[in-house]
Amino acid sequence: MAKVLVVTSGKGGVGKTTSTAALGAGLAQTGKKVVVVDFDVGLRNLDLIMGAERRVVYDLINVVQGDAKLSQALIRDKRLETLTLLPASQTRDKDALSSEGVARVMEELREKFDWVICDSPAGIERGAQLAMYHADTAVVVTNPEISSVRDSDRIIGLLDSKTARAEKGDRVDKHLLLTRYDPARAKRGEMLKTEDILEILSIPLLGIIPESQDVLRASNLGAPVTLADPACPPARAYTDAVRRLLGEKLAMAVPGDKKGLFNKLFGRRVA
Amino acid sequence: MSLLNLFYRRPTTSAPVARERLQILLAHERGAGSSGNHSQLVAVLQEEILAVIARHMQIDRDKVVVKLDRAEDVSMLEIDIEMPPQAGEMLPQIRAQA
Repeated sequence: MAKVLVVTSGKGGVGKTTSTAALGAGLAQTGKKVVVVDFDVGLRNLDLIMGAERRVVYDLINVVQGDAKLSQALIRDKRLETLTLLPASQTRDKDALSSEGVARVMEELREKFDWVICDSPAGIERGAQLAMYHADTAVVVTNPEISSVRDSDRIIGLLDSKTARAEKGDRVDKHLLLTRYDPARAKRGEMLKTEDILEILSIPLLGIIPESQDVLRASNLGAPVTLADPACPPARAYTDAVRRLLGEKLAMAVPGDKKGLFNKLFGRRVA
Repeated sequence: MSLLNLFYRRPTTSAPVARERLQILLAHERGAGSSGNHSQLVAVLQEEILAVIARHMQIDRDKVVVKLDRAEDVSMLEIDIEMPPQAGEMLPQIRAQA
């Protein structure tokens, strides 16, 4: 039975697209058939993060409007044969997505894949609501920062009211993914702690992704961070999150760099 | 940087402040969202009260304040109308009718 997962946050720039790519690639590595769908019509970026920007011919809008077949718009990943991308349109806007058209495409994707991962646009308007509407599971991406936590709270409210599941009296399975976390700053009281955020949002924690230069490096290279360098701290954190999504119980830890004594003493200065 | 800064370092624990601000804010916002959109109700009330008053006297829009406070066991609807100094004077058409 296929699962539809939405990666959402309300606030922009917290790591939705990075997380979509990393979780999608991580799930695909376990042998599941995965499609990552870009819902950010007009501001697409998932194609760039996946390194497939030059292979886009047809997009989600073309399929929704019936101008192209789904199979024509799907882009197979060159590194993982179980991973596929459905890009958004760059030239149209979100009004070009009809609810019926999206429902039809999601139904077709459910038949072809084990996981359908929808990368939501920022905001709480139509685009974000369409991205979450068909979700069985939601990953709420949050930074340890007050405006992000507030927006996540708002999105959780929408997940509980404006989704197909909510309308049927059912629930969307919600998970918190804390990104750009700096354990040292949280420890010094300079940053909201994990417990604070969990207490405020009260949804279960899927993972803690440490703030890391490896994320930018992966996006520069056009590879999900889980593929660009599987051993780096954020990749390990995403891999753990994937295992939790698949039902494993793992102790929660924030992966760090394995540093030698020299790096521990002087590493911080090289920023 | 002066030498004093070395001794009087700014406290860096801003996270507890963030936590408290968030808790207060969200308690407020969730109340507004979950039980039938109160902010909308307050806005409608304000408009209708203004319309009724405007039939009888001239009044500034911001002199009518409608607030809705909800606590665990008591809810309070507070309507605060500040009368203009010349409130006794009715609009001409009303005076004509009288």
